[in-house]
Amino acid sequence: MTDATLSPDGAKAPEKTSAQPRSLYATDELTKKRNASEKRFQAYGIAAIGAGLFFLVVLAYSIISEGIPAFTRTVLTVEFTVTQEQFDDAESQLFKTRAYEVVFTEAMSTQFQQKNIQVPFDVAAIERIVGKPGSTIREFYRANPDQLGQPVAFELAASSRVDGYMNGRLTRDNITDSRFLQKSDLDLVDVLVESGIIQTVFNWPFITGADSGVDNPGGAGIGASVVGSFFMMLVVLFLSLPIGVAASIYLEEFAPQNKFTDLIEVNISNLAAVPSIVFGILGLAVFIQFMHLPQSAPIVGGLVLTLMTLPTIIISTRASLKAVPPSIRDAALGVGASKMQAVFHHVLPLAMPGILTGTIIGLAQALGETAPLLLIGMVGFVARGYPDGFVSGFMDPNSAMPAQIYTWAARSDFAFYEKAWGGIIVLLIFLLSMNILAIILRRRFERRW
Amino acid sequence: MNDMPKIEQATDMTDSKISANKVQVYYGDTHAIKDVDIEIQPRSVTAFIGPSGCGKSTFLRTINRMNDTLDICRVKGSIQIDGEDIYDPKVDPVQLRAKVGMVFQKPNPFPKSIYDNVAYGPRIHGLARNRAELDDIVASSLQKAGLWEEAKDRLDEPGTGMSGGQQQRLCIARAIAVSPEVILMDEPCSALDPIATAKVEELIDELRENYTIVIVTHSMQQAARVSQRTAFFHLGILVEEGPTQDIFTNPVDKRTQDYITGRFG
Repeated sequence: MTDATLSPDGAKAPEKTSAQPRSLYATDELTKKRNASEKRFQAYGIAAIGAGLFFLVVLAYSIISEGIPAFTRTVLTVEFTVTQEQFDDAESQLFKTRAYEVVFTEAMSTQFQQKNIQVPFDVAAIERIVGKPGSTIREFYRANPDQLGQPVAFELAASSRVDGYMNGRLTRDNITDSRFLQKSDLDLVDVLVESGIIQTVFNWPFITGADSGVDNPGGAGIGASVVGSFFMMLVVLFLSLPIGVAASIYLEEFAPQNKFTDLIEVNISNLAAVPSIVFGILGLAVFIQFMHLPQSAPIVGGLVLTLMTLPTIIISTRASLKAVPPSIRDAALGVGASKMQAVFHHVLPLAMPGILTGTIIGLAQALGETAPLLLIGMVGFVARGYPDGFVSGFMDPNSAMPAQIYTWAARSDFAFYEKAWGGIIVLLIFLLSMNILAIILRRRFERRW
Repeated sequence: MNDMPKIEQATDMTDSKISANKVQVYYGDTHAIKDVDIEIQPRSVTAFIGPSGCGKSTFLRTINRMNDTLDICRVKGSIQIDGEDIYDPKVDPVQLRAKVGMVFQKPNPFPKSIYDNVAYGPRIHGLARNRAELDDIVASSLQKAGLWEEAKDRLDEPGTGMSGGQQQRLCIARAIAVSPEVILMDEPCSALDPIATAKVEELIDELRENYTIVIVTHSMQQAARVSQRTAFFHLGILVEEGPTQDIFTNPVDKRTQDYITGRFG
């Protein structure tokens, strides 16, 4: 910039003494070359940004288009009555949920006939369309026996194949007859959709629920692992921020400059580059095998991720402490503040925005980290009895979002693949809200000098 | 360090505020200040002049131990204020700096309100028992620094929003607020325009009544205008020290003469 404004005058001034004054209108060769290279450089920059934006758009598009189906689910909304006699009868049988399913499918066939559904269907077809409604129905009536004998509106999850048909994953062309779904069932599905019995609704259980078994992709939810990630982030934040900031203040403001502190500095920089799996195996050895903390618990995950995040926070905090002008320290010391007062009253508040940025980068890294979680068992975990007493704290077994996504992506049923993309959307939203919080905090701390 | 005869200490107390004896300052291997002996009179302005890098700022900073913040800096010899060796292990540099205030080359107000800038020192030293007392200290410090009229309506505005000259006077007010006995000024006007400089110089002249002032300056005219005594430093050595009048009109040393007549520097 400066040489651009200076060069015409600077070039001209000494020329004045020579015989022929040079015209400013004529651009000389060197200037032309320089301008051309400047233009080229700008073009490279724009091209790089353009490429980045292109890939970002492609990524966002594929994530959203693949992940959106995970946020909808297909349900059958039906009214259905179980009488006291049917209840007693079913409870007396050996396969109780199966007995309810028989009652349900029979009731459905009568309902469908009343609605003038002309497509031929049998009880088995209804079973294939509806997932396994027996246990849902049984649990409802066991919990609410007073509802027996009156019509109750149920919202029952459709089977995952029907779900796939509804969101376009399965079509009449690529479906193969199996015990899960047959081509002829699709006619019945079409009719039920037309009559409003089969509906696509927002998939709340995906947001709030826990992971399901491999055979039930429809019931899989990311909620439990969101909570797991949240607890881990709390551990990371409350350990790494104070420890990291204290360490960097000491190293930057108080520690003497000698070989030992140099060694510590080099080691901190190196730690930031250590592969995360190394921290994972360290966590397994130290926290689980030596300290006997519970496996798969967010506290262990949080501790491991704290070790990973510390170098990032220390490096960025030291950089932002360094960036505070020394005149501020002099000013404070000059009026008789102690070193600690100078740091805490003046330097630290000015460094706060930078510290927050470093913290959020560290936390974002930790949030997306999968490898160490594999080693401490926060993966491949199927919740039982969720939500009662499950994700209630730091010590209970849980999963974390990236580990959960990894698990789903590795499963064979295509419906889980879709869940993985949906999980990524939730992960990104979590990250985004963390960033927004950091930006708000930054704004509050930012001060000009 | 503290082996000075008692009698000499006693005479120091009556004669001079600050008394330096064979002061050596080292920056790592560099011997920055060599054998400086100087007596600084109370309630007067003493100017340190000399070419860049001659050690005048370094010596100034030894008087309130600001050099302590640099790991590589070592000080030998003795500097006494009111007969007490400030490098004695019993001396807490924090207490020393409350007694010996400092104004820096570049105005460096805290990025806080004008009020908080002045109130910071009294707050950390517990000089005010309540808000009213603190208000009084702030008001009187700003008055003494000649800034009250300009600042009284904008005490809540940031100190960094003032002009350079006002900022420097704010820094002087901040130094005064902790009621020091000595004020060290390290080229306080080098970043200011002539009008702001004139105001600060006027202020220095007024402050002389109550404080012992030591000022480092690059401008010989300034030294001549504001100081009663002048010390000329060259290459880490105190070449000559005496009444300002004498130094400028009748220097003893050839180097001083060369410097003030502009032959080098």
